[in-house]
Amino acid sequence: MENILALARKVAEAAEVFTVAAEETSVQFETNRLKHIQSKQSTHLALRIIKEGRLGYATTTELDDVKNLINNAVETARFGMPAKFELPPRVSYPTIDIFDPAVEATPLEEMNKLGQELIELITGHTPEILCEAMVSKDTVSVKLLNSSGGQAEYRKSIFGIGIYGSLIRGTDMLFVGESQSSGNPLTRPEDIAKVVIRQLELAKNQAPVPTGQLPVIFTPRGAASALVPSLVMAFNGKMVLQGASPIGTKLGQKVFDSKISLWDDPTLAYRPHSRPCDDEGVASQRTPLIEQGVVANFLYDLQTAALASTRSTGNGSRGGGLPAPAPSTLIIAPGQTSMDDMVKDIKEGLVIEQLMGAEQGNILGGDFSGNVLLGYKVESGKIVGRVKNTMVSGNVYQVLKEVSAVGSQAEWVGGLLYTPPLYCPRLSVAAKG
Amino acid sequence: MPDIETAAARLAEILKRYKADYIEARLEESQRSHITYRGQELESAGQSAAVGGNIRALVKGGWGFVSFNDLDNLPRRIELAVKQATLVGREKSQLAPVEPVVDTVTSKQDSPLAIPLAEKKKLLDEYNEIIWGTPRLQTSVIGYADSHQKTIFLSSLGSHIQQQRTDINLRLSAVAAGDGEVQQSNLSLGSRGDFDSMRRLHKEVEEMAKHAVELLSAPQVKGGEYTVVLDPVLAGVFVHEAFGHLSESDFVYEDDRLRQVMVLGKRFGSGELNIVDSATRPGLRGSYKYDDEGVPASKTYLIKEGRLVGRLHSRETAAKMGEKPTGNARAINYRYPPIVRMTNTYIEPGKSSFKDIIAGIKEGVYARNWFGGTTSMEMFTFSAGEAYMIRSGRIAEALRPVVLTGNVFTTLNNIDAIASDLDMNQGGGCGKGGQYPLPVSNGSPHIRISRCLVGGC
Repeated sequence: MENILALARKVAEAAEVFTVAAEETSVQFETNRLKHIQSKQSTHLALRIIKEGRLGYATTTELDDVKNLINNAVETARFGMPAKFELPPRVSYPTIDIFDPAVEATPLEEMNKLGQELIELITGHTPEILCEAMVSKDTVSVKLLNSSGGQAEYRKSIFGIGIYGSLIRGTDMLFVGESQSSGNPLTRPEDIAKVVIRQLELAKNQAPVPTGQLPVIFTPRGAASALVPSLVMAFNGKMVLQGASPIGTKLGQKVFDSKISLWDDPTLAYRPHSRPCDDEGVASQRTPLIEQGVVANFLYDLQTAALASTRSTGNGSRGGGLPAPAPSTLIIAPGQTSMDDMVKDIKEGLVIEQLMGAEQGNILGGDFSGNVLLGYKVESGKIVGRVKNTMVSGNVYQVLKEVSAVGSQAEWVGGLLYTPPLYCPRLSVAAKG
Repeated sequence: MPDIETAAARLAEILKRYKADYIEARLEESQRSHITYRGQELESAGQSAAVGGNIRALVKGGWGFVSFNDLDNLPRRIELAVKQATLVGREKSQLAPVEPVVDTVTSKQDSPLAIPLAEKKKLLDEYNEIIWGTPRLQTSVIGYADSHQKTIFLSSLGSHIQQQRTDINLRLSAVAAGDGEVQQSNLSLGSRGDFDSMRRLHKEVEEMAKHAVELLSAPQVKGGEYTVVLDPVLAGVFVHEAFGHLSESDFVYEDDRLRQVMVLGKRFGSGELNIVDSATRPGLRGSYKYDDEGVPASKTYLIKEGRLVGRLHSRETAAKMGEKPTGNARAINYRYPPIVRMTNTYIEPGKSSFKDIIAGIKEGVYARNWFGGTTSMEMFTFSAGEAYMIRSGRIAEALRPVVLTGNVFTTLNNIDAIASDLDMNQGGGCGKGGQYPLPVSNGSPHIRISRCLVGGC
């Protein structure tokens, strides 16, 4: 890496080398039995240069083909965006526990056993269900070096278990599932099975839904599929800078219900998206985004922050291209109301666990509209069965402006999000008659 | 590190030596470039090169898979894949028999990577200027990406296939804002590597930008059931989501209940409905000569005269269902094993005209252009980039973008008119099992669906 940096420095006034090396192993089950074992080794190197004030960028997997890499970066720098920032010098980073050697050390046999146990717990409840499951362990090593003297290096471990079950009766299909991930080995399949079994119990019967305005409770998974994609875009500093975020001019203003607080936190121990610094070498920090309904901050990388005359929040993230602002781990603060009390409050309404296709509309504007892939009908304070052929539509900003309650029990959804259930007084529901 | 030809030559010698029912290797080298604009400025331009490969082994019905960037130490990779497969395997391996193939398929298309970045940028600048010439426009996003990929496939059967493919993807979005509201419109295009097909889109880009502004004052449709007319682009997405995924037999082959539902001969639609998947149509993004298991591509009728007549197979799903392999096992790159995928999927043309189709509709929705789509097998959603009310047989006011949903077992039956104007859409890409975006195309003539559920206020 030092050698690439030195060569790049000869053709450009500033340079940065970023590498990711990963080892991933997964044990995969299909139709309730072990089917695949996979292991993936990858190394990836990205070179970012500032030449005559402009950004150039190239990546490679061939660490010995330095000449081609540098030429590619130089060619793109002819057109690149003017660099408005300076690469950060060497700083000290917070110590965050993200590597557990026990993940890598978990034998394949143990991973297989976890998967088998999980499937047995679920088929023990519903014998005719067919499950796909995956148990995985990953080790990721990140290194960064830049011409301002900045350097960062860390290693992290991620252990994951996921299950997806399908229950088919004639042409009626029910899909249930749950996944969890952690920086430590996961050892309790019963925790995951419990979630899936609850879904199966609640979906046993089907219940009709009227077309109209109904109160809706989004479970943590439901909130993740319907509401969170819009918020991720709206708090992106780049969207704000372009004037494309509906809340971009609302900093310090109350836009959401005062029961809602949201923050980004890459410093939590053993969470899959935690890290000591972002992909540009800026130290990780906890960034409040909504404080009791008030817009508190947006997320920035170095370039966007410089253009917006503010500071990077340490959210420069590389999704295969140049760093861009992205959340690490989003957290919505739990509230006061239990799930049971929220359900009891509803005379006729829905609980939404998964909204399919909600991210296909105008998510920038906050609109969502999706088919209730997994959701339940509430009648007189009780969940009475699963709903089908039902669409729910709304706008995130209208929904979160006034929520009836925020749940007291928050849960992790897919590693990225920790959220309680959210109870909305009314949403537009269209059902097939 | 050796290049992929050298590595392939070494592998060909040793692949048969291991104790496995079947072993294959796929080696790949690729170059990519991308240019993105956000707003008036070019945001990012980059070029990348990648080399890698994988080994897949089958032992007693169990699969092992190893992928890597490092082409040294290949025997060790094979040993690992065989060891993994041995750990899994408990039954009899089943793969539909195919003849070993030795072939080299070169791309007729020059690599789009050979076109200087400056030339690509000039074209995108023109499009961005058009977008920014539209009043009340807030911002724009343009993403252009191209790639050239060379793959060598080897199997323990003795196959040795070298194929090349080029691919281009262009997506433009215009964002309009006013009164705290944000609306956007999109244009998504793709090509089997022909950069010329990305030129001369000026008029489409202008219409797209104007549409974003138009949406600010457009009403939202009232949610409910409507008679819906889909244009060829959106109907293509519909056929892909509503039926294409269900015909991928890896969902079906080991699921007895689903096999009973998807029994050949079952009626799904009217006698006028024919649905085809074909990688053999030349020059489309889903076209190829051999799939990633070395099986020759084919044209497969999924629905003929309204009845289920075929499905898409890998060698394993074909063997387990006692059907012929169709050459539909595909992987997005060397980091993934091949899984059953679509190629170019379309509804065959019928006899009506667009005019006939909308003539009798008192109140309905005309949905055009593609925004997205997804499926859970039984239920699916797809969203339109543009939507208009149909009133008394005529296209009326523009609507906010709509999301439509359906149930595969009823919605295909509700297609009651098919026009003759088949058009293939090359934009976007398909995602399945974590593998996204796979180049595919889909298409259809205009179609009319009765009682389609539309989300709204």
